[in-house]
This record gives sequence, structure tokens and C-alpha cells, in this order.
Amino acid sequence: MVVDIPPPELARHPLRQLASDRWAVAGGATIVVFLLIALAAPLLSGLEGHDPYTYDLDAVSDTGAPLGFGGGISVEHWFGVEPMTGRDLFAIVVHGARTSFLVGFAATALAVLIGVAVGLTAGYLGGWYDRLVSRFIDVLFGFPWLVFVIALGAIAPADLPKQLLIILVIGLFGWPGIARVVRGQTLALKQRTFVVAATALGAGPGHLLRHQYLPNLTSTIIVYSTMTIPGMIGAEAALSFLGVGVPPPTPAWGRTIGDAVGWVQTDPMFLVFPGTALFLITLAFNLFGDGLRDALDPRTRGLKR
Amino acid sequence: MTALKRLPGVLGTLVVISLLTFAVFYLLPADPAQLSCGRPCTPDRLAQASAFMGYDKPWFQQYLDFLGGIVTGRHFGAGRAAVDCAAPCFGWSFRLNAPVTRLLLDRAPVTFSIAGGAALLWLVIGVGAGVLAAVRRGTAIDRSAMLLSTVGVSAPSYLVGLLGILLFGFTLDMVPVGGYIPLAESPVDWAWHLILPWTVLALLNAAVYARLTRGQMIEVLGEDYIRTARAKGLRERRVIGRHGLRNVLIPVVTVFGLDLGTLLGGAVITERVFSMQGLGALLIDAVGTVDLPVIVGVTLFSALLVIVANVLVDLVYSVLDPRVGKETTSR
Repeated sequence: MVVDIPPPELARHPLRQLASDRWAVAGGATIVVFLLIALAAPLLSGLEGHDPYTYDLDAVSDTGAPLGFGGGISVEHWFGVEPMTGRDLFAIVVHGARTSFLVGFAATALAVLIGVAVGLTAGYLGGWYDRLVSRFIDVLFGFPWLVFVIALGAIAPADLPKQLLIILVIGLFGWPGIARVVRGQTLALKQRTFVVAATALGAGPGHLLRHQYLPNLTSTIIVYSTMTIPGMIGAEAALSFLGVGVPPPTPAWGRTIGDAVGWVQTDPMFLVFPGTALFLITLAFNLFGDGLRDALDPRTRGLKR
Repeated sequence: MTALKRLPGVLGTLVVISLLTFAVFYLLPADPAQLSCGRPCTPDRLAQASAFMGYDKPWFQQYLDFLGGIVTGRHFGAGRAAVDCAAPCFGWSFRLNAPVTRLLLDRAPVTFSIAGGAALLWLVIGVGAGVLAAVRRGTAIDRSAMLLSTVGVSAPSYLVGLLGILLFGFTLDMVPVGGYIPLAESPVDWAWHLILPWTVLALLNAAVYARLTRGQMIEVLGEDYIRTARAKGLRERRVIGRHGLRNVLIPVVTVFGLDLGTLLGGAVITERVFSMQGLGALLIDAVGTVDLPVIVGVTLFSALLVIVANVLVDLVYSVLDPRVGKETTSR
């Protein structure tokens, strides 16, 4: 898809446009709250008086089910406790935010870096390189990547930290979307007068890419980075849910939801707390990303395809 | 014929993917024989495993043997311990002492049942809701469809699946909470056990298709040929069904082709939620026990599935849009 660059007079107030979008503002606020929670996780769980690692077998019955109402919710344990171990669920959920953000941001950064580099060079150079890259992107797009990522876990070196491995693999599978958009934008920029003029004046590829192309791609890159983050957070959670993601005891929402499978009937709150957190942060990023796209790309404004 | 013209490309993709997969899983690990040997792994047994699986041969020989096995079948080991792996042979699980192909075929129906039913349901619901929203256009419908699709995209299928189990399975006691009944055993029980997974996967994905269909339908309804059809005196139902829908389905089919990999991933996750033993469970078990031939088998098999399904989608595409294939530059 070739997207034309908006004329400057239409893109004048992207921030004001963003601020007038209620859903985007709500999404942005939720992101900020979650970020603060992630940053202050040790403080918050310290305030409650627990950490996510210490077992408390007194909080669970002989069968492992948490004692008390709603999975052991009390003044002592704000979100109740984990079945079997009695670990504090509030501490697990707030520390889990750190894992989600760390993996989500790092994998997105990797995907955006690769995607921009590939898309920019493909659009700029064209020819057989562009055809090869485009074909590769087509193949990757419809690829059963989850199956591959699960399989890769088996052969990964044991001394490679699991979280780093997850960042690498989901980042390496996550770039085709950005690459395709950046390639399209680069192709459109190629026809623009200022690029043609710079080329005619004898500007080299380095100058063209850095000073003519990249500055005009910034808003696209920002929008697509924002829209990539929830996918990456979701991918990590899905892997952890399947038991092939972040290993215990590092808190991770996906893994806790996976652990909750066997407790759905006896302790539904064990599912509800991490599940709500995961859903809210994903929704927040999607709403904010949609709003950002509408604000920075007037073409979709009010259209919402 | 479009499909025939694309055959070399499809075969090329398959070869490249199989080569890459093979390289990643057999060349990257220091010692694949170690991974196939089991525990405890004595040096004798290691050498035996290596010879049995053919890891002592050069890598291109191993790769050609693997490809040959898929086409003509092959043997593993020698002498009395030799086993025959009939075509299409996707390898031999030294650990389970079984041909990978049989393991795949045992599990595939579960995954296919989940993915197939869910995809059918989400296409019907998504396109249906989208057409309805377009025909009865109003801002309320627009906004709720838009918001619902964002919610659908944001909600992890396993979370919604587990909440569905809690509500409809345990609390209301309406549907089974898990397990898979083979279709051949009892079609009714088969569908009854799958109804919740289908619904969950379908509803989460349908919203996106509803949005796409709605936007496309509104665009199509503004076209000249729709006005012509109406001017000819055709009934509205026929105008939309015959002239509108056909053109709306073209982008829907394109997006569906791109979603096939996601669909397979969704089925893998759904298997775990509803404790069904499909391809995903086979793969996760194999990763846990480091059963390399099974891992490679499942991985290649799923890539093959998605590529073949994409060819089928392209066929549907050329039926829907007669322009495709007439001009070579149309895509």
C-alpha cells in the first residue's frame, strides 16, 4: 500500500487531535499508570508487606486451595494468594508488569530496528533486492510463527537467559509489518520533489536516507512502534501461558494465567487478577495506538477503516 | 490457471523453509544425537543413536535423506534394529520409537477441528455483521463495531476461553469444559466439545472482519455498477448479495490468507485451554523432552499446512475475482 505523506497544513496539530480523542487519552493514561506500577513494583509490594517469591503454606489448605474469601483476599493479601504455594498474588501481578514491559519494549525495539532498516533499503534500492525482501515479507506474514518460536526453545543454549531468548525470537518474527509500511512510504517519498532535487544536486545515499527519508518517516515509525508493543506483550504472555516463555520464579502474567487453568473452578480470582492486567494493558496500547495513527495520519482521520 | 503458475514459487518457498528449519534445528545445536538419545545417555547409546538417526553423515546428505524420506520413505538404523518409515516420512522419534508422520496424523484432526470450525464461524459472523452494519449504516453501529474489534484484538483468547469455561462450563453447566471426541466416534459429541473453543476464537477474530467488511461494503455500495443494478430494478437483497458481497469478499479473503498462521497459533493455544491433545500439545511435550525429530516434524508440517492453505485461498480468490490471473501484474 502506498501511503502519501500528508501536506503540512493538515498535520499541524497532531497533539491537539490526540488530546481530543477520549479513548486514546484513556489508553495513554492507563499506560502511564501501568508504567508507574512497574517502576514502583518493589515499593508497592513492600507497602503491602510481601514479595513475589516467598512461600506461605499457612495461607493455603491441605489441598493447596487458598484459604478465605476470593482466593484469600484480605488486608494481608490484597489480591489473595497463589494456590499450592501461598505466594502473594498482588506482588506477583505488580512485578509481572515489569516482565511484560521489559519484553514488550525490547522486542518492539528490535522489530522496529530491523523493520525500518529492511523497509527503507528495499524501498530506496529497489530492483532484485526489493523483490527478494518483499517475497520474504510475504512468506513471514502468513507464517505459523508461534509454532516456530515454541520449537526454538528446545535448541536454545542453556546459558542464554530465557527472557533474552524470547525478546530475540519474537523481535525477529515481528518486523515484517513495519518493514512493509516503511517500504511503501519510502517508495512514495522517492517521487517527492525535495528528494528528486536532493538527488539531482548529487546527494549521496547516506545523506538522502538520513536527512531526506528518515525525518519524513518519523511519525509512521512512532505510530507503528506503538501498535507493535501490545502484540509483543501478548506474544510473551502467550508463550509463558504455554509454559515455554518466562521461566519461574520470575513473575509473568501469562504464566500465572497458565497456572490458573487447573484452578478455574476452585479459585477463579487467581485467573481474574493477572488476566485483567494483561487485557487492560493490551487494550490501552491498542486504543492509544489507534488514536496516535488518526492524529499523525490525517488520511485515516474519522475514517477508521 | 493461477495455481499452476504459482506452483514453482510455492515449491521454492517450501524448499527454502525446509532447508532453513533443518539448518536451525540440526546444525545449531552442538550435538543433535545427544538430544535424541534420552537419559541416561551412555557413550555407547549416544553412538548408537547418532548412527541410527544418521547424524554421523554430512549435513547435506542428512537433508537430502530427510527430503527423500518425505517423497519415497526411508529406513533408520541397520540390521535387526532397522525400522521402516513409510512415505511420507517426516522423521523417526527415537524417544517414542514411532514414525513422526504417525504422531502428526494422530494429532492433526484435533487441531484441524478447532481451527476449521473457528475460521468458518468467524468468517460467517464477521462478514454477516459487517454487511448488516454497512446496510443499516449509523454512527452507533460504527462506533460499537470499532470499539468491539479493538476489545476483540486486545483480549487474549486463552483468557476469554478460561472465563468461558468458568461461566458456561462450571457455573451454568451448559457445555463440556474440555477434552476432544473424535468426529468418527460421535459427530454430535465432537461438535458439542468444540462449541466453546470455536465460539471464543470466532468472536475475538470476527470483530476485525466485521470492521473490514463494513468499510468495504460502504465503498462498494457507492460504485456505479451498484447504481446500475438498482436502476435495472433488481431487489435490494440481490443487489447486495450478488453484486456487493462478491466484491467485498475479495479483501476479506486476502486478509484471511494472512491470518492462517495466526489461526494455527490460536488453535495451539486453545488446545491447552480446553485440554485437547493436538499438534500444539505434541510440540510442547516434544520441547519438554527435547525430542528433536518430532519438533522438526511439527514445525515443517505446520509451515506446509499454511502454505498449502494459502494456495487454496488463492484459488478461491481467482474464482471471486475473474481479473486475477488474466493479467500477470494484477497483484
